[in-house]
Amino acid sequence: MKNISIIVCASLIAVITFSSCNKDQQGKNGALASNVAEKVYVAPGEHDEFYAFVSGGFSGQLSVYGLPSGRLFKVIPVFSQDPEKAWGYNEETKPMLNTSHGFIPWDDSHHPDISQTNGELDGRWVFINGNNTPRIAKIDLTTFETTEIIEIPNSAGNHSSSFVTENTEYVVAGTRFSVPIPQRDIPIKEYKGNFKGSLSFISVDPEEGHMDLSFQILMPGFDYDLAHPGRGTSHGWFFFSTYNSEESHTLMEVNASQNDKDFIAAINWKKAEEYIKEGKFKTMPANYAHNVYDDNTHTATSTMKKEVRVLDASELPGLVYLLPTPKSPHGCDVDPSGEYIVGNGKLSADLTVHSFSKMLDAIENKKFDGEAYGIPILKFEDVLAGTVSQAGLGPLHTEFDGLGNGYTTFFISSEVVKWKLGTWEVIDRKPTYYSVGHIMIPGGNSRKPFGKYAVAMNKITKDRYLPTGPEVTQSAQLYDITGEKMELLLDFPTIGEPHYAAGIAADIIKKRSKKIFKLEENKHKYVARSDADTKVVRNGNEVHVYMTMIRSHFNPDNIEGIKVGDKVYFHVTNLEQDYDVPHGISMIGANTSELLIMPGQTETFVWEPKQVGVWPFYCTDFCSALHQEMQGYVRVSPASSDIELSWSLGED
Amino acid sequence: MIVGALLPLFLFVFPLWNITLEAPQYPTPLGMNIYINDFADANPHDIKNINLMNHYVGMKYIPEAIPEFKIFPAGIIITTIIGLIIGIKANYKWFLGWFILMVVLSGAGLYDFYLWEHDYGHDLDPKAIMKFTNPDGTTMGFQPPLFGSKDILNFRANSYPRLGAYFLAIGMALSFIAFFVGRKEYNTPVKNSKKWKEVAL
Repeated sequence: MKNISIIVCASLIAVITFSSCNKDQQGKNGALASNVAEKVYVAPGEHDEFYAFVSGGFSGQLSVYGLPSGRLFKVIPVFSQDPEKAWGYNEETKPMLNTSHGFIPWDDSHHPDISQTNGELDGRWVFINGNNTPRIAKIDLTTFETTEIIEIPNSAGNHSSSFVTENTEYVVAGTRFSVPIPQRDIPIKEYKGNFKGSLSFISVDPEEGHMDLSFQILMPGFDYDLAHPGRGTSHGWFFFSTYNSEESHTLMEVNASQNDKDFIAAINWKKAEEYIKEGKFKTMPANYAHNVYDDNTHTATSTMKKEVRVLDASELPGLVYLLPTPKSPHGCDVDPSGEYIVGNGKLSADLTVHSFSKMLDAIENKKFDGEAYGIPILKFEDVLAGTVSQAGLGPLHTEFDGLGNGYTTFFISSEVVKWKLGTWEVIDRKPTYYSVGHIMIPGGNSRKPFGKYAVAMNKITKDRYLPTGPEVTQSAQLYDITGEKMELLLDFPTIGEPHYAAGIAADIIKKRSKKIFKLEENKHKYVARSDADTKVVRNGNEVHVYMTMIRSHFNPDNIEGIKVGDKVYFHVTNLEQDYDVPHGISMIGANTSELLIMPGQTETFVWEPKQVGVWPFYCTDFCSALHQEMQGYVRVSPASSDIELSWSLGED
Repeated sequence: MIVGALLPLFLFVFPLWNITLEAPQYPTPLGMNIYINDFADANPHDIKNINLMNHYVGMKYIPEAIPEFKIFPAGIIITTIIGLIIGIKANYKWFLGWFILMVVLSGAGLYDFYLWEHDYGHDLDPKAIMKFTNPDGTTMGFQPPLFGSKDILNFRANSYPRLGAYFLAIGMALSFIAFFVGRKEYNTPVKNSKKWKEVAL
């Protein structure tokens, strides 16, 4: 008996010892093992740490993702019609897509940039460029809706856009394609000297954010590819990469790749402001649309502007200097201190880094190496800070972590390379899948990057996801950049082409995100703020329905007296004042999209009934337990009918 | 005593009672603060949203105003004036009188509140969208609790006094204490007028 208890005791001790031993080992493993899944896992109901605003490229839109989860929250319609949200379909937002060429339902959205104060992201607005029909849009980050679009005259291929200065004094846009300025009928062969580029400085009202095309700088006929603002010591300057300094107009892949060096154009925009003040500008006739959406009227207006102030870089000394940069530079990126300007020579294996202080010194000592159209060219050696040698093939874009490192994408060799500012040594390289374009570090285009994650945006995905026929998903990849070596955490699919993105700490934005529109502030021309305001008004063939919607009915929901040939405007107000209770409406046979109306908002669709009968409409957004009952009827009589207009709700 | 009589005036500033409705799809619960002269949203538009919820089961809208909103403030002002007069002029026995008056009036107020709640929860529209019955076949009522918490369908309803009610209670308690302290002072041989003033205060 005694022996047994000894054995039991001994085994108990052994068990305890072993199990505690195991625990220790588990603990060690947990601490050492890098669990990638955990790093991107955001538990149900939890929020992501960062917002990422990812452009949709040829979708023309801007998508909102969470990082590190890579979850999609919203696609904000910007330049392209969106039937889901009635963007460009309802009467209120059609003017937003107006241009000097008329209504355009699509564009190619490229470079989002978040507004800044003192060189840091303030999270008030995102700006993004439309490439094809040159435009800049502003998205309000309290509503996550596009509230302003301004067309850029004298521009084509609006690619070196839309980047903000460090107090959002300006959002800047440049021409990729030079064109005759002003446009005129000339032979294409007469490109040289006749075609010009223009760099546009759009001022941003510090309170309301309204955009105004302040001035344009007329430049030689190069292609202005990308741009970034100076910051810190270089605040007041703006840098544009150029290619096609050959000024070729055909078979560009060959003819625009002949010069060993093109330029980074350094623009002294403080000097430009002085010239404007001194009246050294020319006022050129122009025709461009300025479209503004008002959150109180819930309605956009489009105004055509008729002139623009132009400064000619060839005639105004001290305005522009050219920094020779090898091999058709693409990305033009400025480090958080503002000292280094990186020219990513896309046909090269090297990165060229210019020094701002050396540039100022060269300018002061007039160390010029000739000129182009009257614009001084600085000596390459005099402005060069250093070269990141043999880093990869086809460098495109660089962002910074705020800790003294640059992260450059290499398109041809499909990789991200981390290198050190100042020593120019390569620290790490990681493959991308495949053919990476831009890279984004939240706050990467500011004085204070949030150096935690980098998002690589790829041009090709091939076999990375389940195949979906010839057209496969587009994709971005998330890297952890907190260690010495980068770590690939996540692939996630994106809408359109994830061309570029802007990221910001979620805390800066989420507390200001609007929950509803206040009904008492609704100043829509056709608002019905309560049941008492509902009515149907005939004005010749035009009929205006002032309708309300609230869980779970429309008012009115029975309308008679409509005739074939009428043009019926449904002005529908959502009376809800509760978070996340939108209602939708759609009418059988209406040649337009549904409306999706947020609480307190009014939207309008037009229906031109072509057939006699009784036609239903219904709520399209599952709003409540009685959503299926949220419906109504319109009686349509022959054109010759003399049935009076009548409308009702709940009458037997 | 005077402080005790003045404290109920805080009812004009702070809510007397609060009813809160919790449900999973309301991460911020819906709430209504009851003042002696108003029903107010705990967060903007809460009452509108409570009405919207409740119309599904045929409950009436919470009224903009009820007669009590005129009676209660008048009652508070009158009792405060009486309390002040008692505090300044009258002897300690009246303190108890004021306390009893307040207990009776508060009790009446609570009963009135209960009657309104009962009517609100049981007087349902016969055309209610959703009709619920109790296990015994009677029509289910949706009366929020007078005090405490209760599950009503998908909501949990909480009903508790708020700061105004606490001031009222403290005021009443002070008058009650003043009665005992006053009696002790009165019965001690040396009448100290300074001390008496303190009690009156």
